[in-house]
Amino acid sequence: MSNKIVNQKAWFLVAPVFLVVAFNALIPLMTVVNFSVQETFGDNVFTWAGVQWFQDVLHSERFHNALLKQLLFSAIVLAIEIPLGLAIALTMPRKGIWVSFCLILMALPLLIPWNVVGSMWNIMALPDIGLLAKMINGLGIDYNYTRQPVAAWFTIVLMDVWHWTSLVVLLCYAGLVSIPDAYYQAAKVDGAKPWAVFRYIQLPKLKHVLTIAVLLRFMDSFMIYTEVSVLTGGGPGNATTFLSIDLVKIALGQFDLGPAAAMSLIYFMIILAMSWLFYTLMMKNEES
Amino acid sequence: MAKISIENLRHSYLPFPDPAREDQYVLKKLSIDWQDGGAYALLGPSGCGKTTLLNLISGLLIPTEGTMKFDGRDVTRATPEQRNIAQVFQFPVIYDTMTVFDNLAFPLRNRGVSEAEIAPRVKEIAEMLDLSRTLYNRASGLTADGKQKISLGRGLVRSDVAAIMFDEPLTVIDPHLKWQLRSKLKELHQRTKRTMIYVTHDQTEALTFADQVVVMNNGEIVQQGTPVELFERPHHTFVGHFIGSPGMNVLPCEIKGGKTFYAGQMIKAQNEKALKADGKFEIGVRPEFVTLAKTGIAADVVKVSDAGRFRIIETISGGNTIRLLLAEDVSVPSGQVKLAFDPEHTQIYQNGWLAGAAA
Repeated sequence: MSNKIVNQKAWFLVAPVFLVVAFNALIPLMTVVNFSVQETFGDNVFTWAGVQWFQDVLHSERFHNALLKQLLFSAIVLAIEIPLGLAIALTMPRKGIWVSFCLILMALPLLIPWNVVGSMWNIMALPDIGLLAKMINGLGIDYNYTRQPVAAWFTIVLMDVWHWTSLVVLLCYAGLVSIPDAYYQAAKVDGAKPWAVFRYIQLPKLKHVLTIAVLLRFMDSFMIYTEVSVLTGGGPGNATTFLSIDLVKIALGQFDLGPAAAMSLIYFMIILAMSWLFYTLMMKNEES
Repeated sequence: MAKISIENLRHSYLPFPDPAREDQYVLKKLSIDWQDGGAYALLGPSGCGKTTLLNLISGLLIPTEGTMKFDGRDVTRATPEQRNIAQVFQFPVIYDTMTVFDNLAFPLRNRGVSEAEIAPRVKEIAEMLDLSRTLYNRASGLTADGKQKISLGRGLVRSDVAAIMFDEPLTVIDPHLKWQLRSKLKELHQRTKRTMIYVTHDQTEALTFADQVVVMNNGEIVQQGTPVELFERPHHTFVGHFIGSPGMNVLPCEIKGGKTFYAGQMIKAQNEKALKADGKFEIGVRPEFVTLAKTGIAADVVKVSDAGRFRIIETISGGNTIRLLLAEDVSVPSGQVKLAFDPEHTQIYQNGWLAGAAA
């Protein structure tokens, strides 16, 4: 132990990582913290505000509404995308020429820039020229997402499912193909029915992958901004004004930098807390 | 329980193999009969087709050609469930979310056996495998050998299985536990009298477990016999090499007037009367049956290695290596020695096959 070589030069090797993390995360975050406890009208003049902005945000009805909408959106999206993604992954072929075809098909939505996704669905769902709107209206259902909150929600959820279910599919598929053949063979020999194979082999083996899928989809859906901003801009009225959209409105629309900074930090804490909660719950039964 | 008969079995992993091309088949025309209640081992080097044969018997694969019968009933295209077989795989397969008890009960529950019947049966099997102490623990928390015992237990839990297949089941087990599990298997076979088929590339495992060992090479069965037969009368030089440590000495020889000559010396062989026609002839003699003598084949000692209770002497004679075993207490000669072969255990091989033996 005592003659272990101590080489402090190793710190230089990790310095680049420190720098990158500092500039893209720590310093911006500290700037936000700085803004959140002060009042400013520009010109680099700051006055101390203490926890004023935090209290304001936490007691504001506007924030509560946006948070509720955000939570509802994440809940709906998770409830659809996780089972759907798992179901699609289970039906995808494991070998043969169709594998690459299916994988590429699944990866396509993930390759499209987010604002393009918003624009695509915007055009598709426009009441006068959109294909989707024409089809739904053709079925005799009155659908106009620029006027009806329910229609707007429906369109956003549909867009998100289209855009992100693939991620769940790809994760689950990767988990499924990594299950050794012997498990399926043993199940066959043991006389297990398809449901039992799913329940006792596939689902337990996919646990970690599903945890990651839930975490990623929760975090992303809870922070969704670009697509919604392009598609509805938070409307009609405030029907789809999620936290992220509201935050931008406060920060860049109203230029209330202090409250916006306080809101960002609260937003960040909520995501952190929820992710921890999901992770802990899903890993609870893990032994050694 | 069942007698297993295999006739003209051929298998290829290609969807449409060309029947004329041998190289497209991993199993080439196998026919074999296995008696009910026997302990069989399938022994061969990696890639010889032994696991394929096992999966064909268990119904995980359907053969390209040929038929398979269990007690005369054609099961060539039957599923593993219809064949009612059990199989233990190379790596332990356990159902992670279940307890040891539920794991063992799983094959019974899938077949609709009542819980009242399951409980005593599972406890009996757990007792046999020393799993009683951990019966209600989560299976995922067990060690590798514990998990493999569960796999084993799931194979044994059904009392009506036609046969139990083992596909190199001791691969992931620690050496000192390997020996224990192997004796356990042997004991279980004697207690349950099920037909057991054990695939391995380890000769010790095969020879200690099985009453009958089937040696395979390159998609073909080279020899089936008791461990003693395989040792004393290998039907092919491959078996001679593959079984025994070190393997059999194989030396080129000449046949003149019905007599066998090696390096100018006449050699007496156990099967010399069976020689027919011509071809490539070789003498096969195990190191155990080579002795130092006053007169005989001249050879030079090149290497001595200690193998515990005996030493392995490697000699060179006319460009061929001849190995012999020497007891610990015998002094090791150096330089030139004379070797003698035990005529009772010296065989002549014609084109690789034992002359006079029904191949």
